[in-house]
Amino acid sequence: MTDSVLLSITDVSKAYAGVRALQSASFDLRRGEIHALVGENGAGKSTLIKIITGAIEADNGKLALNGQGISRNSPRLAKSLGIAAIYQQPALFPELTVTENIALGVEKAGRWGRINWAARKRRAAELLARIGAQIDPEIDASELTMPQQQLVEIARSLGADARLLILDEPTAALSQEDTDNLFKVLRQLRDDGVGIIYISHRLEELPLIADRVTVLRDGRTIETRLMAQTNRQDLIQSMVGRELSAVFPKSEVKLGDVVLELRECGCSQTGVSNVSLVVRAGEIVGLSGLVGAGRTELARTIFGLTAADEGEILLRGKSVTIPSPSAAIAQGIAYVPEDRRRHGVILDLAVSANVTLASLDRLTSYGSLDFRREKEIAADYTRRLGIKTPSIFAATATLSGGNQQKVALSRWLATKPSVLILDEPTQGVDVGAKAEIHALMTELAAQGAAIVMISSELPEILGMSDRVVVMHAGRVVKTLERKDATQQNILESALGHVEPGSVQAGSLEFSL
Amino acid sequence: MKLGRYKRELSALLAYVALLVIAGVVAPGFFGGANLRDLALNNASTLLIATGMTMVILLGEIDISVGSQFAVCTVAAGLLAKTGVPLPLLLLGVVLIGAAMGAVNGALIGWLRLPSIIVTLAMLVAWRDTLRWLTAGAWVQDLPGTFQWFGFGQQLGQWLIVAVALVVLVCLGWILRNLGIGRAIYAVGSDSEAARLAGIQPRRIVFSVFVVMGALVGLAALLNAVRFSIVPSNSGVGLELKAIAAVVVGGTAISGGRGHLLGTLIGVALLGTIGTALTFLGINPFWEKAIQGAIILAALVSDVVMSRLEHHARINPISSNA
Repeated sequence: MTDSVLLSITDVSKAYAGVRALQSASFDLRRGEIHALVGENGAGKSTLIKIITGAIEADNGKLALNGQGISRNSPRLAKSLGIAAIYQQPALFPELTVTENIALGVEKAGRWGRINWAARKRRAAELLARIGAQIDPEIDASELTMPQQQLVEIARSLGADARLLILDEPTAALSQEDTDNLFKVLRQLRDDGVGIIYISHRLEELPLIADRVTVLRDGRTIETRLMAQTNRQDLIQSMVGRELSAVFPKSEVKLGDVVLELRECGCSQTGVSNVSLVVRAGEIVGLSGLVGAGRTELARTIFGLTAADEGEILLRGKSVTIPSPSAAIAQGIAYVPEDRRRHGVILDLAVSANVTLASLDRLTSYGSLDFRREKEIAADYTRRLGIKTPSIFAATATLSGGNQQKVALSRWLATKPSVLILDEPTQGVDVGAKAEIHALMTELAAQGAAIVMISSELPEILGMSDRVVVMHAGRVVKTLERKDATQQNILESALGHVEPGSVQAGSLEFSL
Repeated sequence: MKLGRYKRELSALLAYVALLVIAGVVAPGFFGGANLRDLALNNASTLLIATGMTMVILLGEIDISVGSQFAVCTVAAGLLAKTGVPLPLLLLGVVLIGAAMGAVNGALIGWLRLPSIIVTLAMLVAWRDTLRWLTAGAWVQDLPGTFQWFGFGQQLGQWLIVAVALVVLVCLGWILRNLGIGRAIYAVGSDSEAARLAGIQPRRIVFSVFVVMGALVGLAALLNAVRFSIVPSNSGVGLELKAIAAVVVGGTAISGGRGHLLGTLIGVALLGTIGTALTFLGINPFWEKAIQGAIILAALVSDVVMSRLEHHARINPISSNA
């Protein structure tokens, strides 16, 4: 059996700025096998995939293809070895035809780089025929539907002689019919000897397609089983099966009046729909769900980035419209975005200026900024969150990523918001800062803030939330009181109670 | 520490000091009172425009229509003066006309999100040709006696012009540093989306800055026009390049978000002095443009080198602080 092993990964670890994404993960893929990879958000699936495709390099561990060790992997090397990955959002060039897309990067040019158009067309047609795709190779990629684009990508990877195909949530946006069709293609490729790594959150479809399944949790490979010998319940069990650590100190806070209320709120632009939610003063509501479930999109709607066009938002019982972030801030809403490294801080500005940027009007006395007060505020947060900076006047660009995140958080804490929305507040920060951020959240709640916390970390959700709201496909599917919430029932709801395929095509497409 | 913040301005200052020292040693006549006064007077309106341009560039935008706006405002000043309106109204009128032209830019760039280089290029052509068509190239003559030097006479009038330019520079410098809107300009120029997430309204900021830019063009045009007894219809050609060059030489990053008005003052002084200094040094003034070009290139290169060094420092933070 060992000679049929296509890819073997042994004890691979990877850390990002001290945060461990993968710890001694081991995993093997056989030729002619569809191997499913499952795990919660942040379990390490993407990291593992990136190591296989050469997008990032592992800190240590071994990677071998056909028994031959791969050292110094790179996207170029991985491609030449026949490794191809297809992501949820297909990456075709919309202005090019299907033929050109398939030929790109695959075809060897003729003499003086000349293109042999006839051969190119023939090849594209062959490849499409091989996977049974009924697609006109002459039309522009922009005219293809999403499932058609996936098929073109598969054809392209076959053209590059892919022997190892990685599919990352390929069915997330597909209808039942398109899913069936895709499965047919995948089974045929498997029978041709291609090894396929299949990542999906739709556990119910795995028995239909996967031969084996490996569960990842907290960067470790927990177990590998034959698909026939396991079921959804067992898989969920091993996806969450870990002890709760005691680093989450949400203490009892007496709940006050309702501060934020959403009534059947939605935003057609982002697919968030029919969300009803109540947050009281002193309460922390944990917003759980898989990546793409619409949690961030909901937060952006409350903050006025994508204004609600459905239902009602009430603040302290009064109906409000929030057309822009500045309107949201004026109403006392603060939002610490998820991708803090991109737009969380302003790199050219000093740490102090970043901390006070959203509360400048409160810093103003007689029309002029109060620099002494600014310095006090900045020094205070720098100390409390342990922001490591040479000086509060240093440009924020000179700080490390984790410290930039803390600066972003400080900015919103400094606005003394009555509604605070935190999107993955402790992602990528060290343990000490994490505890500090959690303590601050409790303190703010005790002062009467209504807090919505989005987190992909179930222990954080369970530890910090008074109530857990679970989203799936843009809707709230479950609300659990603190005492009733378990990792199991949260994940169960997050994965969706739906039967395979009943999610309509397109309902999971979110613009980020 | 304090100096570190202005290190981008420092190199321009050093170059300026070097120029003054050379001029002083080789041709002491350079420091004659009349010469210095002429230098200040000749550069006052450039300084005003460069002041506005600094804010535009801090936002990460550009305005190349200022020269044409300047011509429109100059003619407008002359025509308004001929109607005999009192000085305050004349001032208000010209500034408003400039602000209105700035508002057109601001609306197109801020609200419609069109690229500023294209919008202002269109305006550069549009205003100048409109003016050419309306005036048929004729200059405004027979101005009332109270127009030239605002009726204060040359002695007082010329210092008034220089003083106004400096006061405006100082006021806007104070605003950039001390007011929320100043902070917002730096924030938007550095990362517009991040600024929006922080509750700043970038469109409004962009619009406002272009309006102020236009108003400053109006003011500069008036201050320049009153130096002469007739008003030309083709003034301000190449003014945008002078202003942009001065801002860049003064250390403001062309990509926005970094820079100070102090640097712009040095930049205007440096570029404005070279021509005269060359004359005093007995060098063919044809070299002026070439030397100016070299200085602009040097400023840009040092900007890039400095950014790379800073970037390097970002990747390898000081270990004691990491």
